[in-house]
Amino acid sequence: MRTVYLDNNATTRVAPEVFEAMKPYFVEEYGNPSSAHAFGGLIRRQVEAARGSMARLLGAQDTDIIFTSCGTESDNTAIRAALRSQPDKRHIVTTRVEHPAILSLCQHLEKHEGCQVTYLGVDRQGRLNLDELDAALTDQTAIVSIMWANNETGVVFPMAEIAQRVKARGITMHTDAVQIVGKAPLDLEKVPVDMLSLSGHKLHAPKGIGVLYIRKGTKFSPFMIGGHQERGRRAGTENVPYIIGLGRAAELAEQNMVEENSRVLALRDRLEQGLLKIVPQILINGQEAERLPNTLSVSFEFIEGESILLKLSALGIAASSGSACTSGSLEPSHVLRAMGVPYTSAHGTIRFSLSIYNTEEDIDYTLKHIPRIIDELRLMSPYWDASMGSCRTAGFTE
Amino acid sequence: MWEYSEKVREHFEHPRNVGEVTGANAVGEVGSITCGDALKLTLKIEDGRVVDAKFKTFGCASAIASSSALTEMIIGKTLEEVEKLTNKDIVTFLGGLPKEKIHCSVMGAEALECAIRDYKGLPPKEREAEGELVCECFGVTDAQIEKAVRDNGLTTIEEVTGYTKAGGGCEGCHEKIQAIIDRVRAETEHKPVRKKLTNVQKIKLIEQVLEKEIRPSLRSDGGDIELVDVEGDRVMVALRGMCRTCAASEATLKEYVQGILRREVTDGLTVEEVQE
Repeated sequence: MRTVYLDNNATTRVAPEVFEAMKPYFVEEYGNPSSAHAFGGLIRRQVEAARGSMARLLGAQDTDIIFTSCGTESDNTAIRAALRSQPDKRHIVTTRVEHPAILSLCQHLEKHEGCQVTYLGVDRQGRLNLDELDAALTDQTAIVSIMWANNETGVVFPMAEIAQRVKARGITMHTDAVQIVGKAPLDLEKVPVDMLSLSGHKLHAPKGIGVLYIRKGTKFSPFMIGGHQERGRRAGTENVPYIIGLGRAAELAEQNMVEENSRVLALRDRLEQGLLKIVPQILINGQEAERLPNTLSVSFEFIEGESILLKLSALGIAASSGSACTSGSLEPSHVLRAMGVPYTSAHGTIRFSLSIYNTEEDIDYTLKHIPRIIDELRLMSPYWDASMGSCRTAGFTE
Repeated sequence: MWEYSEKVREHFEHPRNVGEVTGANAVGEVGSITCGDALKLTLKIEDGRVVDAKFKTFGCASAIASSSALTEMIIGKTLEEVEKLTNKDIVTFLGGLPKEKIHCSVMGAEALECAIRDYKGLPPKEREAEGELVCECFGVTDAQIEKAVRDNGLTTIEEVTGYTKAGGGCEGCHEKIQAIIDRVRAETEHKPVRKKLTNVQKIKLIEQVLEKEIRPSLRSDGGDIELVDVEGDRVMVALRGMCRTCAASEATLKEYVQGILRREVTDGLTVEEVQE
């Protein structure tokens, strides 16, 4: 059966070039970069080269990059560092639509460690109101942590503007940039964030490697204590093959940036326009906001997401849902609820997220099969009224 | 993704009896679009027998499969047989459901009950009439939770959520659910009459329960508790660590500590925090 992978915001395929680049560092070049001998020295130079590639992708200084195990570790490190290095400040500002790596941590700090957290809301399109951000900042604010792009809807926040406002008040600014790195050109010389988290497996590197960017001069205190690795900012022997893989992935991301923002964007739009044309009663979440080029969040009204996903899955199409029923929680996605997407739509929300490995055939295959799935489930739904119409298959006949 | 049985998958992919029975004389509607699942069951009952049944369901795969299974289970059966059917029968018929999805079978059983009441001309069950609302997200009352706990021998909040949905939203009612579980368990597990304790025995037992059951769990959250004094049935304690600054400490004392001590020591105990 054909596999159409449209779940790249969950994880991506490791690029074959990345895998090739990693291979020598298991069995042949297995030295420890901290060793004094030449065998280790060679590895150290490779690790530093990877750091350089990552810095270029971000428009950052090499020395401001530290390698971690994942995006979640980077997020935890950043927030805890800000709290530890400013023990008199216990207030955090974040948003209601963050990834659980930030949201659950903030809730934990609130509940168990005496922190106060302000959660900024978003409008119907998933956008922040920056006046609310200004109003939330106090003398007690230790850190502001706001994601650069949302994983569920692809909505991009105006990070340059946000960071300028926060820095003008002298407050530490962190951004979870896991979803945007590799999908949009970034330049940290122009965007004054102090810390930034990213994750390798969202940009065609393997799972288990991440980065925390720490701008020179930022108040910091390490999370992992031990050896002197990463200039004392993250102890633990470097995950050499994965760091090298991530370095290669950063180079590829830079090379593919134009394709990502032209061909992938065109495929996403083809899917979006196709669905709007053939499926009645749907809603594109964040349609009026600035969005990542690869992400499409669609609410199919009056049906439930897990049912749609399972039927797509039976056809080899991999996507994900904003519905509760797949996650074990019963509330639909906190992001959609924060946006005020009505329950009638929130439960039936599917996220399609593309990558450079997707083709026009993938999109047409998906468009060809979706109408039948949606019609089938709607006919079964007590809320669906046949007068609302069925999917038009014109132009996409089976 | 959930691990569904073959039978669940099969009923989801090829649901039986979708639609509405024309000329139905028994209709049951339960759930709501807000809750994430809803079922409209229509039946035709003739000479005390279900001659036709159809469903319309909004929900996940297991909700659709449970509804489909339900119609297959009741067509051709007498009203008497159908009335005995419970959610457990649906689960068994489907070869099991993930524990988080049991509520899908409960929805099926409720729709059936609702349809039968409709057939008999009885008014629909008033939910509010039976007890106090505990879970505001999904509109579940203490009576419903207590029934689920009692009937199915549930012991954890997760299980209660799996059966009733209560506690699956904002989680603000978890303490109340725990208190119901503790109360029902205390009743069912500790029915035997306790012998009267001397004061020394009582204090020793309290110390023992604090040490074995209560402290490990408080400590895992960075807190602790110490016994200060016991006067009759008044147990005076001091909170330490995180518990001292925790906003939920009052609830911890009343719902959790007092609940366990009542269960393990004696029913009339009250726990109070004292400042030293």
